[in-house]
Amino acid sequence: MAENISILERLGFRKASGVGEAGWGHTLFAAVVAFIYFLPVLFIIFMAIKPQTLALSVPPTISPTTLFGLIPDEYVFSPTFENFGSVFSRVMTPGGAPENTGFDLYFFNSILIASVSVLLALVIGTLAAFGFSRYPLKGNDTYLFIILTTRMLPAIVVIIPVILMFRVVHLSGSYLGIILLYTAFNLAFTIWMMKSFFDELSLDVEDAARIDGSSGFRVFFKICLPQVIAGLAATFVFGLILTWNEFLFALLLSGPDTRTVPVAMNQAVSSGGRGTDWTLLAAIETLFLIPVFLVTFFLQNHLLRGVTFGTVKR
Amino acid sequence: MSTIEIKKATKRFGDFVAVRDADLSVGAGEVVCLLGPSGCGKTTTLRMIAGLERTTSGDIIIAGQRMNELPPEKRDIAMVFQFYALYPALTVGENIAMPLHYEKLSKSEIDSRVMNVAKIMHLTDVLDRMPGHIAEGEKQRLAVARAIVRDPNCFLFDEPLSRLDVELRHSMRGQIKEVLQGLSKATVIVTHDQLEALTMAHRIAIMKDGVIEQVGTPHEVFAKPINVFVASFIGTPQMNLLEVDLGQVEGDVAMMSIAGSPVKVPVDPAVRGLKPGKVTIGVRPRAFAPSQDATPDTIGAVAELIEPMGAETLIHARAANGGDIRMVVPREKKIKVGEALHLLPETGQIHVFGDDGKAVRS
Repeated sequence: MAENISILERLGFRKASGVGEAGWGHTLFAAVVAFIYFLPVLFIIFMAIKPQTLALSVPPTISPTTLFGLIPDEYVFSPTFENFGSVFSRVMTPGGAPENTGFDLYFFNSILIASVSVLLALVIGTLAAFGFSRYPLKGNDTYLFIILTTRMLPAIVVIIPVILMFRVVHLSGSYLGIILLYTAFNLAFTIWMMKSFFDELSLDVEDAARIDGSSGFRVFFKICLPQVIAGLAATFVFGLILTWNEFLFALLLSGPDTRTVPVAMNQAVSSGGRGTDWTLLAAIETLFLIPVFLVTFFLQNHLLRGVTFGTVKR
Repeated sequence: MSTIEIKKATKRFGDFVAVRDADLSVGAGEVVCLLGPSGCGKTTTLRMIAGLERTTSGDIIIAGQRMNELPPEKRDIAMVFQFYALYPALTVGENIAMPLHYEKLSKSEIDSRVMNVAKIMHLTDVLDRMPGHIAEGEKQRLAVARAIVRDPNCFLFDEPLSRLDVELRHSMRGQIKEVLQGLSKATVIVTHDQLEALTMAHRIAIMKDGVIEQVGTPHEVFAKPINVFVASFIGTPQMNLLEVDLGQVEGDVAMMSIAGSPVKVPVDPAVRGLKPGKVTIGVRPRAFAPSQDATPDTIGAVAELIEPMGAETLIHARAANGGDIRMVVPREKKIKVGEALHLLPETGQIHVFGDDGKAVRS
C-alpha cells in the first residue's frame, strides 16, 4: 500500500473516494479559493483603517503589518481608527467645529427597518406557508404562482405607482411605510421557502399529534415549528441580507429621518465637492458589514442545515 | 364500553374505491387484525376509524357513539404508526407525556404516569434522549408507550412491527400481545404479515381490493377459508390449488380426477350440489400423506425440488399432468429428487371451490 503513494497524494491530494476527511492539499486549495473570494472584503476593511492620505497612494499600501518582514516597508501602512470616528462626527466646513453626521440615526434606521420587516414577514409568511402546505385551497398552485410574480417585476418598474400610492396615504418618509413595503417584498420569498420546509415534514407525526388530542394550533406550534427552526433561521438571514442591502426603495421612499445606511452612504459620497473620501466610505461599509455578519455567525449551524434541507436523507 | 363498529364504510379517492362497504365489529378486549396484500385498503380502513380519513359513506361507531364527523383529536383513541411518527423535537419522556396534555393532570401525576409506562416498555434509561438518538427497537417501544399512557376508547396499530428485524419482531410481538391482554380494549391491528395476524389476533379480517373477504378466528380462516383468495393467502407454504375433474358424488364421497390420477375422496355433502366438470380444489401442503406404494386413490407425482426447512422438508412435486404440488413432510421422511410419490390427501382436508371461487360447504 504505502509504496504506491503518488506525488499528488504525498502533497495531500488524496484520491476522491468520498470517504473521510480531505487531505492537507485539498484543504489548502479550498483555503486559497476562499481567500480570493474574501479579498474585496479585506480590501475594504484595510481601507477603513488607513490614514486618509494613503487611500490612493502609489505604490498601494496593502497591509497593516510587515507580516514578520515578509512585506517591504513601502507597502505597509500604520492602522488608525480615526475614520470610524469621522463616520459619526466630522468637520464639514473648513475651519469649523466637528458636526454630527447623522449616521448613528441611519444605522439605527437600517437595523430597525430590516429586522422589524423581516421578522414581520417571517411571522406572516410562515403561517401562510403552513396554510398553503397543509390546507391547500382550490387552485393552490395558482395562488402560489401569483405570489411569486410579485418578485418577477424589477423594482424600478413598480416604484412609480408605489411612490404615488404612498403619497396618497401619507406613508412616504415614515417608518411604517418602508417597513410595510419591505415586509411585502420579503413575503413572497418567505412563503415559498417556508412552504418547501413544511412540505418535507412527515405527515404521520402530525396525524399522531392529532390523535393524541392536539388541536391544529398545538400541532403547528409544538410539532411543526420546532422541526423547521433551521428553515426559519435560513429564511431570516436571506431576508435580512436582501433587506439590509436594498437601495432603490429606500432612496425613493425614505425621508430625512428614516434614511437607511445605503442611501446615506450614497449621499456621503456625492456631497461635499472635495472628491470622494474613500477611507470614510470604507469605514461606513465596514461598520455596515458587522450586524449581518454577527447574525449569520450566530445562526451558522442552523443555516447549514437550512440550505441543505431535503438533500440529505434524515 | 370500549368497542369499535364499522358499518358499510366506503372510501373513495376520486374514481378509485379504496374501501367498499366494510363491515366489522370489534368487542371490548378483542384484538382484530386487518390482513391483506399491500394496497388492499386495510390502512385506509384504520385511518377511517382514527378520523384521519373521512368516510365517503357508512358509519364509524366507537364506544357506542357515531364518530363520522368528529376530528381525530376528539375521538379518544390511541394509534401506533408504521413509521412510529415520534415527535422529533421532544424527548422520549415528553413524547410519552404528549397525549396526557388534555387531561389536566398535575406535573407529578404526569411524571408518575410516564414513569409507569416507561417501566412497562423498558424505556426508563432513555427518557431524556431525543427520538433520533435511540435504537430502532426503542423507537417501536416508545410508539407503543405513547399509545398506552392514556386510557383511550380503543387502540389502532398500523403495521407496528414491519420496520423491525426478525428477532426483534418476535420479541415485540409477544410484548405487544401481553400489553394488550392487560388493557382489555378494542384493538385493530393492520398487518400484511399473516404470522403476525395469526399469533396476535382473536379474529382476523382478510381484505382484498377494498373488500373484507372473511372475518373469523385464526383457526376459522385457516381451516375454513371462504374463497380461493383467503385459502391461498393464509398459510405457509401456500395451499395447493388444483383444477380437477369432478365426477360422481355419492353421499360424502366424490370421484375426481386430480392431476391425472383418479381418486375417490371424502368431501363436504354440499359438493353434491355441484355439476360434474371442472372445479378447483385446495389442499394444504401439510395435508398429504406420501405413501411408497401405488395404492388406489393416490395422486401420482415425481419429487422435483427439495427444500429442507429445519423441522420439516418442503417438496415440490410434478404431477402426471404437469401440475405443481407443494408438500411438507417431517424431517425424518427421506425423499430423493426424482423419486416417484403417491400422495394421499387426508380426510376432510380437501376444500372444494365453485366457479365463483367460493368454498362449497354446508
